[in-house]
Amino acid sequence: MTKSADIPVIDPFEAALGVTDVKGRSPWQDAWHRLLKNRAAVYSAFIMAAMFLMVVFGPMLISWEPDYTDWDYTSSPPSLASGHWFGTDAVGRDILVRTLEGGRISLMVGLVATIVSLLIGVSYGATAGYFGGAADRIMMRIVDIIYALPFMFFVILLMVVFGRHILLIFVAIGAINWLDMARIVRGQTLSLKNTEFVEAAKACGVGDWDIIRRHITPNLLGVVIVYVTLTIPQVILVESFLSFLGLGVQEPMSSWGALVSDGAQDMESAPWTLIVPSVFLTVTLYCFNYIGDGLRDALDPKDHL
Amino acid sequence: MIQDSGMARHALWRLLGLIPTLLMLITVAFFLMRVAPGGPFDTEKLLPDDIEANLNARYHLDEPLLQQYFRYLGQVAVFDFGPSIQYKDWTVNELIRQGMPVSLTIGVAAMVLAFIFGTLLGITAALRQNTRADYALMGVAMLGISIPNFVVAPILILLLAVYAGWLPAGGWDWSIASMVLPVVTLSLPVTAYIARLTRGSMIEVMHSNFIRSARAKGLPESVVIRRHALRPALLPVISFLGPATAGMISGSVIIERIFSIPGLGSYFVQGALNRDYTLVMGVVIFYGVLIILLNFLVDMIYAWLNPRVRYDKKR
Repeated sequence: MTKSADIPVIDPFEAALGVTDVKGRSPWQDAWHRLLKNRAAVYSAFIMAAMFLMVVFGPMLISWEPDYTDWDYTSSPPSLASGHWFGTDAVGRDILVRTLEGGRISLMVGLVATIVSLLIGVSYGATAGYFGGAADRIMMRIVDIIYALPFMFFVILLMVVFGRHILLIFVAIGAINWLDMARIVRGQTLSLKNTEFVEAAKACGVGDWDIIRRHITPNLLGVVIVYVTLTIPQVILVESFLSFLGLGVQEPMSSWGALVSDGAQDMESAPWTLIVPSVFLTVTLYCFNYIGDGLRDALDPKDHL
Repeated sequence: MIQDSGMARHALWRLLGLIPTLLMLITVAFFLMRVAPGGPFDTEKLLPDDIEANLNARYHLDEPLLQQYFRYLGQVAVFDFGPSIQYKDWTVNELIRQGMPVSLTIGVAAMVLAFIFGTLLGITAALRQNTRADYALMGVAMLGISIPNFVVAPILILLLAVYAGWLPAGGWDWSIASMVLPVVTLSLPVTAYIARLTRGSMIEVMHSNFIRSARAKGLPESVVIRRHALRPALLPVISFLGPATAGMISGSVIIERIFSIPGLGSYFVQGALNRDYTLVMGVVIFYGVLIILLNFLVDMIYAWLNPRVRYDKKR
């Protein structure tokens, strides 16, 4: 972005002419403009905002309770007349309410487990990258070792071993998903630690941990934002995967994966029980991926050709 | 050749580096299964104490934990995973031997499919960069990445098996018809990912100087693409094959369950639910070794294809 308008005015002649409204833009503003130009990402962001609102407020607005069984309408197809707009399942529970309730769990797992992986990954990666040398080699070797393990099998093992508590799902998925984050953050830290401002901080006598916390971490923000948006759909997918196998959240709680699994059982007689939660899940994953892609293009313009 | 000895040394070094990974794999799997609440012989009916003691002795569950661990390590070193706890009369080796050909067939077929179609679609999109065809292909690819396997599978079953009746809805009899749906479902996300990857790297390569030189020499575009662009463009795809295999193996767990296919994945889930310690550890270790070795192989192929990565010190 080196258009003439973006270069701050340094020419006294121009200043004398009274052209004072030309201002420089920060890299963040540049990124924001690039992001807004990416239509797929912008639409996805709007859809996700709507999805969040629906999932949070929808169940309050719909008169059906998620576990209410309407015996007059079991496995009834979507219709406006019955009041079950998206139909009911085999025991007469309203599909729409259950899908929105399941969405709360799925999105919450996505956010919380991502935060867990974020905390572990950033602190681990920043530490390894900043100290470098033997500490870095050992720490990254450990990441390599864990990386090579069949990740899904360990999540399944964890769920089987420690029971299917919702908290455990957060921790198990987050605790295994931090590896990519650690690698990316480490790489970024390695290049940051030789910059002048870190040197200046050292010269002022700032301690190592304060440098990591105050000077390195804020500069990792761009990469981390991109990676977080791409981790959320991964985590939602893993949770749905577990729930589909019957190893995730348990009744009466539900998630999109569990609902898809239920729907797949009855799909021949009541295909809407499969289709409705599938659509919600897929749209969410699709949008998150597009937002992440857009953010990456916006914040990391190196890839632009 | 100097280059080759450098390669060989590097390969040997990498192979030695796999040992801690394997040890970690076995150790974590072993202790995780052992801290699990509930034993393998928990049934609704309480077993008489002496029978339970005999059973525990049969599977060496009465020994101290560390002794069990080292006994197990010794067994695994000679590829003996011991008897299965749930399937009496079966050893874990026999179960793996039974399930592996099925899972391997699906996995290899899906991988080949994904590689061929993924690279073709990616190159097609890259050569038509920023046209409608490109956007459409990449939109579809993104959808392929986003739709989970367990959504695609039931929908395909519903459409092609239940409504149209063209293919069986599940089961496995080594016929092509019974393979189509599971293989296609398993390969879809990987195909989509490879397509995106290929498009990105192909675009990058087509903008590089050596392609301009090739064109300047007056080579026809098809030769430029086939002889000059293809190999460097496929490098990122090659390095993705390792993680792709791991992804496919975990995907196969779901696929085998949905299509009721008697592969390793079904044994794993069944074993995990029944606390069949030996079976679960056997499958995890088997798959772990497979993934580790494949990653190693991919690294070697990568180095072989990429002239910039050579492992000799004298350049």
